[in-house]
Amino acid sequence: MSIFDNPFDPDRSLRAGCACGQHQSAAEHEQATALRCDPVESEEKRYEGVVASAVMRAMFPQDLARRAFLKSVGASTALAALSQFFPLQTATEVFAQAGTPEKKDLKVGFIPITCATPIIMAAPLGFYSKHGLNVDVVKTAGWAVVRDKTINKEYDAAHMLAPMPLAISLGLGSNPVPFAVPAIENINGQGITLAMKHKDKRDPKDWKGMKFAIPFDYSMHNYLLRYYLAEHGIDPDTDVQLRSVPPPEMVANLRADNIDGFLAPDNICQRAIYDGVGFMHLLSKEIWDGHPCCSFAASREFITTAPNSFAALTRAIVDATAYASKAENRKQIAEAIAPANYINAPVTVLEQVLTGTYADGLGGVKTDAKRVDFDPFPWQSFAVWMLTQMKRWGQIKGDVDYKAVAEQVYLATDTRKLMTEMGLTPPTSAYKSFAVMGKTFDPAKPEDYVASFKIKKAS
Amino acid sequence: MTTTSLRLRAGLVSIVLLAAFLGIWHLATRSAGPTTAMSPEYAKLMGLTATQGKSAMPGPLDVGAKLWEHLRRPFYDNGPNDKGLGIQLGYSIARVGMGYLLAVLVAIPLGFLIGMSPLLSKALDPFIQVLKPISPLAWMPLALYTIKDSSISAIFVIFICSIWPMLLNTVFGVASVRKEWINVARTLEVGTLRRAFTVILPAAAPTILTGMRISIGIAWLVIVAAEMLVGGTGIGYFVWNEWNNLSITNVIIAILLIGVVGMLLDQILARFTRMVTFPE
Repeated sequence: MSIFDNPFDPDRSLRAGCACGQHQSAAEHEQATALRCDPVESEEKRYEGVVASAVMRAMFPQDLARRAFLKSVGASTALAALSQFFPLQTATEVFAQAGTPEKKDLKVGFIPITCATPIIMAAPLGFYSKHGLNVDVVKTAGWAVVRDKTINKEYDAAHMLAPMPLAISLGLGSNPVPFAVPAIENINGQGITLAMKHKDKRDPKDWKGMKFAIPFDYSMHNYLLRYYLAEHGIDPDTDVQLRSVPPPEMVANLRADNIDGFLAPDNICQRAIYDGVGFMHLLSKEIWDGHPCCSFAASREFITTAPNSFAALTRAIVDATAYASKAENRKQIAEAIAPANYINAPVTVLEQVLTGTYADGLGGVKTDAKRVDFDPFPWQSFAVWMLTQMKRWGQIKGDVDYKAVAEQVYLATDTRKLMTEMGLTPPTSAYKSFAVMGKTFDPAKPEDYVASFKIKKAS
Repeated sequence: MTTTSLRLRAGLVSIVLLAAFLGIWHLATRSAGPTTAMSPEYAKLMGLTATQGKSAMPGPLDVGAKLWEHLRRPFYDNGPNDKGLGIQLGYSIARVGMGYLLAVLVAIPLGFLIGMSPLLSKALDPFIQVLKPISPLAWMPLALYTIKDSSISAIFVIFICSIWPMLLNTVFGVASVRKEWINVARTLEVGTLRRAFTVILPAAAPTILTGMRISIGIAWLVIVAAEMLVGGTGIGYFVWNEWNNLSITNVIIAILLIGVVGMLLDQILARFTRMVTFPE
């Protein structure tokens, strides 16, 4: 049984099998529901629940004995009796506070795109201050600058593309500096946008000779676009041109006809549509539903010198992510992050991205509530997939220990512990299999996966 | 023809040119009216460029209105990424001031030494010639990498780019002081230090100040580019932030202000130059 079950519920099934009855075992049930991390009504309630159940369990370690006691007196009486001799209130407060942060005034860098939603909104909506931190979120000009400023310790932590911490740790494109990812920012939320003149050229097989923009070499955008093109028989290295272009310049370049399209982070795709220069060809969700995009990253050094600050930051981010994952909060978030101090974009554009009801640029209104979603858990299998693509496209030369790198950079274990403390339901495993364009990826066999692609860079 | 009437006529021509420019600008950016038929539900999700055929380029009226809005509250502070134009300009001017002052402190004494010694002048010449034409932004990655601090890097880039015109002009000014004057000083047995301050400095001052005037122009050019790259604060960051939002209106306002401030800086140096120039 898990710590999230309500031990005050005398009717809870004790049989093997899961709570909802649809799965063979509790573990399988958790696997199925793992992707969602629905927060409980309020923070205090959640912590109270966790503390109370821990105490209840400690007093009645036997499930049957506890049940008998609850049956005879009732849950509320039991709770009242418990709090008579155990200071539940104080325990909850102590628990929620955790260690005092070593450093309270922190700087977190971000790139103004909707992927950074949890990092940004945590400032105006008070998630950082709730966890005892005073955080300045600082807008940054580009991915390379974010990388350098975080390595130089101008930023304590930063918004990075999910593959960047892996690349930095491996020393690809910079000096090797050990970095870590405690939380994924967003899943889905990107798209392939094409210039209006290509509106009849929807088959990628006709895209030979076109020019595409991607935000950075070490980005999911790069790997997803390459994957998509290669699956349609286009070699991304020889048949088309891929250019690294900072997101804001993508729309201007598309208008100026310098590029034919881009796989870009959102609000940029929607902005191109909003300005009438492009249309949405495909949501990245249709390539791989549930793919990670951006991450929240910090250097190992920061984590070891200020572990409590780091934990508080991670808690704030996880909290904000949980809040952002709820559809009903999305409109409020769009308004909170639109001003010039944060993303600096029209509210309509952000609303379309976050609510998933959007203009597709061809005259239609589409709805996809999961266009962008938020889930903090740093699956190590995500990291392994990214490493396979780095290898596939020649960014990594030679052998790579996929599992070791993934486990060193993606802090699944620590985040799981933290999420559990916060009363959320993290998945029990750090690896999961998923399908990219119908092709299943098995994180246990990365080498075979790389070898299975016909189109790749000859090494 | 008196000078006042010439001035008056020049002013009139300037105003006519400005009016013609604004008029053409206004006409060129008029909106073309609704473009294609769209369902209202769809139109609500789209921008004015797509629905009203509004030009992507703002007209002079848009820019004027926005400029007024900025001028009314130049010093607002909405957090680390959104500050008023006055504050942004202040940051930029402070950075330029720091880098420029450092460059003055290094370039003028060094230029003096080099100018007074033909040997040093010849020996250092190849280095100066190679370093002089390097673009400011080429220094940026190197500075960020070695200094590991973006605001100091920006100041360093200002420093390294504004030092060369001053150095070269000082060298040239010092080296080309009339031989007769130096010989006279020598005949009167004036000491080296006194000779430098009472004879060479006043003679070379106009050339040195011309170099300083060129340098301040370069420094102001560089700061905008450097801030666009490094971000955080300053007028360059403002341009980048508004470019991010594709707000061409604000970019035009920033361009206008950059021009005005650049002109003011240049005028200040021009005044100094006039103060030290003397008729021969």
